[in-house]
Amino acid sequence: MRRVVWLLFCREWRLAWRRPGDLLNPLVFFALVVSLFPLAVGPEPSMLRSMAPGVIWVAALLATLLSLDGLFRSDYDDGSLEQWVLSPHPLALMVLVKVLHHWLLSGLAMVLLAPLFGLMLALPLSSLPVLVLTLLLGTPVLSLLGAVGAALTVGLKSGGVLLALLILPLYIPVLILGTGAMDAALQGMPVTGYALWLGCLAMLALSLAPIAIAAGLRIGVSE
Amino acid sequence: MKPLPVELDSLACERDQRELFASLSLRLEPGEILQVAGPNGSGKTSLLRIMAGLLPASAGEIHYGGRSVFHGAGQEDWRRHRLFIGHAPAVKGALTTEENLSWLCALSEPVAVEAIWQALEQVGLRGFEDIPCHNLSAGQHRRVALARLYLERHPVWILDEPFTAIDKAGVAALEKHIVKHAALGGMVIMTTHHGLEHLPGVRQLDMGQLN
Amino acid sequence: MNWSFFHKLGSPKWFHDISGRWLPWFAVAGVLLLSVGSVWGLFFAPEDYQQGNSFRIIYIHVPAAFVAQSCYMMLAVAGIVSLVWRMKLADVALKCAAPIGAWMTFVALLTGAIWGKPTWGTYWVWDARLTSMLILLFLYFGIIALGQAISNRETSAKATAVLAIVGVVNIPIIKYSVDWWNTLHQPATFKITEKPAMPVEMWLPLLLMVLGFYALFTVSLLMRMRLEVLRREHKTRWVREVLEKSS
Repeated sequence: MRRVVWLLFCREWRLAWRRPGDLLNPLVFFALVVSLFPLAVGPEPSMLRSMAPGVIWVAALLATLLSLDGLFRSDYDDGSLEQWVLSPHPLALMVLVKVLHHWLLSGLAMVLLAPLFGLMLALPLSSLPVLVLTLLLGTPVLSLLGAVGAALTVGLKSGGVLLALLILPLYIPVLILGTGAMDAALQGMPVTGYALWLGCLAMLALSLAPIAIAAGLRIGVSE
Repeated sequence: MKPLPVELDSLACERDQRELFASLSLRLEPGEILQVAGPNGSGKTSLLRIMAGLLPASAGEIHYGGRSVFHGAGQEDWRRHRLFIGHAPAVKGALTTEENLSWLCALSEPVAVEAIWQALEQVGLRGFEDIPCHNLSAGQHRRVALARLYLERHPVWILDEPFTAIDKAGVAALEKHIVKHAALGGMVIMTTHHGLEHLPGVRQLDMGQLN
Repeated sequence: MNWSFFHKLGSPKWFHDISGRWLPWFAVAGVLLLSVGSVWGLFFAPEDYQQGNSFRIIYIHVPAAFVAQSCYMMLAVAGIVSLVWRMKLADVALKCAAPIGAWMTFVALLTGAIWGKPTWGTYWVWDARLTSMLILLFLYFGIIALGQAISNRETSAKATAVLAIVGVVNIPIIKYSVDWWNTLHQPATFKITEKPAMPVEMWLPLLLMVLGFYALFTVSLLMRMRLEVLRREHKTRWVREVLEKSS
C-alpha cells in the first residue's frame, strides 16, 4: 500500500511538471485579483490594510477553485479514472494523495506568496506570520472541498462556474475563520482560538472529504 | 492463478429508462472464453461494465466463487482477480509508455521495470519505452493498454473491443495470447465485432436475442 | 422488522395511489391552518410593544424559514435513502423538493427584508440569521444547478444526493461560523425575533402558520412527485389506466 501511494505521488509529480502552465496560472490569477483591489478602491494605505485580509482570502478561494476545476477531468477523459475506480486499493486513499499533492504544488505556493501581497496591501510585518499560518491550515480544506465539487462535476464540460456555485458556500466557514484571525492579529489579540478551529476543520476535511470525493468519482465513471 | 467460477444471476440493466437486458443468467467455468455479441446498443458494453464493477446493475447478482461481487470479501477478491480494459486505453499523453504501464500495473500490484520492457516488446513497442505517449498513435495507445495482459497475473479478463485499432499481426498475436490464457485455466469475457469462430472453445452470448 | 413495507414504499404505483388518497386531506388541513392562522395573526393577535404592527410579518417569515431549513434536511435524508437503498422514489423526492425549498428560502429572505425596513431602517442587514438564509439559498441553487447540468437521470440523482449530504454536514459549521462572524462585527444589542416570552395569543397563530406551511409544503411536494412519477413511468400499464380514467 505504501508503495502504491509513493508511485501515485511520483506519477502526479511527473504529470504536473510536464505541464507547468497548470501550476502557474492559478498563482498569476491570485496575484491579478489581489492587484485589482487597490486599482478599484484607491491606494490609501489604511483602507487597504482594513481590506487586506478579506481580499487575500477571497483571491485565494477563487484561485484554488480555478486550479481544481480540471483536477480529475483529464483522467476522466482518457479512461485513467476508470482504472482507479476498478483498483483493489482504497479509492478514498488514492484520491486523498492526489488532492494533497495538488495542494502541495498550488496551495502551498499561494501560502508562500501571500506575505508578499500582504505587504503590497499595507499589512504590518507582525501580522504576516498569522497570515501564513491561517492560509497553511485553511488552503488544504479549500483544496479538499473543491475536489468534492470537481469529482461531482467530472463528466461535465461546464467549466469552473458550476463548480464555484457548488463549493463557494462551503468555503464560508474557512473564510470567516481566516479573516477573523487576521483581524484579531491586527488588533494585537491572540489568534490561538482561530488557529485551533481552522485545524479542526482541516482534520474534518481530511477524514471526510476523501469519502465524498471517491463517491463522486464512482458516480461520474458509471455513466 | 486459476479463477473461481463466475455466475450471473438474473442480471438486469436499465439505462435512461430503457431496459437493455433482464433476467440474464449464466455460469462461466475456468478456461472458458465468452464472446458477448449483438448489434449496437444491445447492452454489450453495459454488461461488461456491470461485471467489472463500474456500473451498478438494476437487478440481479453476480457471484464469484459463490460470493457476491457487489460487497464484502467477494468484492475484494473480484477486484484483485479481474482485469478490465475498456474502450479508453487509460494512457496519459504526458507520460512515457514505460511510466504509463508502470502506473497501470501499480493499481493492482507494482511490477519490476524489466517485466515492463518485456511486455512492451511482446506488444511490438520495443524501443518506445521512453517516448511520451502523445507522440504515439491511437493503435499504439491500445497496445500499451493491452500490454497489461502480458504483465499482470489476473485470472479473469474482461475486454471491451480489444482489437480496435490493432493491425492484422497484432490481432493474431492477441488471439494467440487469449487462447493461451484460457488454456492455462484463465477466463476471458470480451465483446468484439471481430469473428472468433476459428478459436477453440469460444462460447457466444448473443445480446440481440435476449430481448 | 417488516421490510416488505419499506420495499413497497419504493414502488411508484403504490406511492401514486396512496398520495392520491392523502393529498385532499393535506390540502384541506393546509387551507384551514393557513387561513385561520393568517387572519388571527394579521388581525387579531395583540400588537408588539416594541415594533407595533410590523412584527406581524413573522407569521410568514418564521414558518417559511422553518420549512426552508427542514426541507434541506429532508433532501439529505432522501439522498441517503437514495444512495444506500437505491430507492427511485427518494430520487424523485429530492428532485421535486429542492425548488420548493429554494422558494421557501426566498420568501423567508424577502419577508425578512420587508421586516427590516420599519425595524432597522434598511431593507438588508448582514445579520446572522439573514446571512445564513442567504447561504442556504445558495446551497439550494447548487443542488438545482447540478441536477440540471447532468443529463443522465441516474447519475444526476446520485450526484445531487452526494451534494445534499455534503451540504447538510456543512450546515452546522456554516451556521456557527456565521453566528460568530456576526458577533465579531456587530456586537448587536438587538435581536430579531427571540423575545423572552411570547404571550399565547402571539405564538398560537404562529404555530398554526408553521403547521399550515408544512401542510402547504407537503401538498406541493406530493403534487410534484406524482407528476414526476407519472412522467417517469409513462410506459407502464397502470399509468395509462390512470390517464384514461382522468380524461
